[in-house]
Amino acid sequence: MSSGTLYDKVWDLHRVAELPGGATQLFIGLHLIHEVTSPQAFSALRDLGLGVRHPERTVATVDHIVPTTSQARPFADPLAEEMLATLERNCAEHGITLHGLGSGRQGIVHVIAPELGLTQPGMTVACGDSHTSTHGAFGAIAFGIGTSQVRDVLASQSLAMNKLKVRRIRVDGVLQSGVAAKDLILHIIRMLGVKGGVGYAYEFAGEAIEALSMEERMTLCNMAIEGGARCGYVNPDATTFAYLQGRPQAPVGEAWARAVDWWRSLASGPEAVFDDEVSFDASLIAPTVTWGITPAQGIGVNETVPTAAQLEPDERPIAEEAYRYMDLVPGAPIAGTPVDVCFIGSCTNGRLSDLRAAAAVAQGRQVAAGIKAFVVPGSEQVAAAAEAEGLDAVFRAAGFEWREPGCSMCLAMNPDRLEGRQISASSSNRNFKGRQGSASGRTLLMSPAMVAAAAVAGHVVDVRELLAAPGAAGASRPAGVGTPG
Amino acid sequence: MRSASSPAASPVPFPIGAIRLCRGQAVAVVGDDIDTDRIIPARFLKCVSFEGLAVGAFADDRAELGGDHPFDHPEHQSASILVVNRNFGCGSSREHAPQALMRWGIRAVIGESYSEIFFGNCLAMGIPCLTAGHDDVLALQQAITADRAAELVLDLEALQVRLLGSPAAAAERSWPFSLAQGPHRMLVSGQWDGTSQLVAHDEALRLTATRLPYLRAFEDDSIS
Repeated sequence: MSSGTLYDKVWDLHRVAELPGGATQLFIGLHLIHEVTSPQAFSALRDLGLGVRHPERTVATVDHIVPTTSQARPFADPLAEEMLATLERNCAEHGITLHGLGSGRQGIVHVIAPELGLTQPGMTVACGDSHTSTHGAFGAIAFGIGTSQVRDVLASQSLAMNKLKVRRIRVDGVLQSGVAAKDLILHIIRMLGVKGGVGYAYEFAGEAIEALSMEERMTLCNMAIEGGARCGYVNPDATTFAYLQGRPQAPVGEAWARAVDWWRSLASGPEAVFDDEVSFDASLIAPTVTWGITPAQGIGVNETVPTAAQLEPDERPIAEEAYRYMDLVPGAPIAGTPVDVCFIGSCTNGRLSDLRAAAAVAQGRQVAAGIKAFVVPGSEQVAAAAEAEGLDAVFRAAGFEWREPGCSMCLAMNPDRLEGRQISASSSNRNFKGRQGSASGRTLLMSPAMVAAAAVAGHVVDVRELLAAPGAAGASRPAGVGTPG
Repeated sequence: MRSASSPAASPVPFPIGAIRLCRGQAVAVVGDDIDTDRIIPARFLKCVSFEGLAVGAFADDRAELGGDHPFDHPEHQSASILVVNRNFGCGSSREHAPQALMRWGIRAVIGESYSEIFFGNCLAMGIPCLTAGHDDVLALQQAITADRAAELVLDLEALQVRLLGSPAAAAERSWPFSLAQGPHRMLVSGQWDGTSQLVAHDEALRLTATRLPYLRAFEDDSIS
């Protein structure tokens, strides 16, 4: 059993009581809500005659259903309008802050909470969205919950939880130029599988992790859940504190100094004991692309789609299903696979450094004929910052559409979706069957720079070839890579 | 095919109180890593109530199979036990997935393994997710596919599933299953609906809050 890890320390600090059923009642420090998984929770609260215990610890935004072309109200889709109106009503009734459209602070919930400084080390963070693991980048224990649990947090600011085991994932060495945090996490999931993390929290450590910017750490932790781990985290360090300092909700003055001391004290110490440990060499990781229907079905961009014979016996049934669905040929190279739609955005890769990396590839190039390519900033703040440095102009000049913030085609609850059997190059997090809005639509997951490269080439291509190519203006190392966001 | 609005869609009442025994016909949905986008595609999430979600259960898989999905087989229309394989319910945290299954008629799931969040969502609804060994699940799936009128009895106290064959079929068979101690206790004691327990510990909650300096924006240094 683990001890002395950040997970253990944060768990102990937030423990309220042991429940009769054997679960632990855990205090939730930050509760984030959005329009999709909260309305039924508020209804249940009303049915139980309960109020919101700590309305100041819940923060709302709208992201899943918002259109990205025009966000004028009422929305064209009456169901989407009803969902947002319901959220607005619930927040007003219970005194919950809602960062709505046009507030300057709206965006994908996992983008705005960090950028506002709401997410801090040592917190427990819960949200009715599985990608809540993102917030673990700060050394928080953050996990997705269902709607019944949203109700419980609203009612009691706590949850009934069972403690997870802790697996340390050490990544040493240096990521090659053109290899992003997205490639790192796709590689880890490829190696450990989509079930490998079930029952575990993932602690990401090692020199390659310490070298990541906060935005890169968010990409990494965001997809812990795709490896089955309900939460993933990075110990807080100077990079974390530099990101937080000056954010609207970050402490200031003497309180800041006290905060940093407390945050440092929570990191896993040298005496920490882990339930399991695995390690990777960052220098061996290539830009990674998925070829199948689970995020573990990924390969280096210069590899071939694995044949059934190359896979473990228990991986073959889902691979056979993937061959049929994706219509990719086992044994054929993934590079050169034509794409129809290119999507840059999502809670995985919709932050400023992601857009910079993609823009560095797009600059001076053109989206290939017949390809629909669009960029959806993760938040209003990301959009404003990108526009201030001219990234929107770079994308537009290259033939990308520049959209309004939201979750968009990551899960296609808004009008952005694949049609028929279209195949997308996508910087999002899930390549499940039907995920991007068409029951037969297909998704290739990759980094934002790789999506931009696919857009200009018209097919999957190793972004490093473009970055090395002479003559493409501004196509040197992406500006955002390796610089703190 | 069941209609979402039909009162017959869910003949068995939703779970309430202690869950010790689940009995009913079973339906097998075969495959590893069946994610919640497949259990209910995102377009069905555009709603402010869970009512009516039954129609979304496996909607795209069912359409793809043109009526040949187990959820469309006429003899499974009153099934209340779902038999699945590994990592069932992975992906999105949407409670809409177990809600859709429950509103279709499912009251218990038995399979090889589950994603954490799906398991927790089911538990919060009083739907046990029971774990059996690989070979046992395959045998169970074969048995209920071969004898679709058979009933399963899930005995949470004996931790055993019994197959009661239809009259023409073979005699009773049984397999063991497991359920972690905490969820097991919660279900058999009827304490799976935890809101009232959580609310009851308000004084302990207040004490916990005093240990958390971020709740006071680190404004005093009495706690560190």
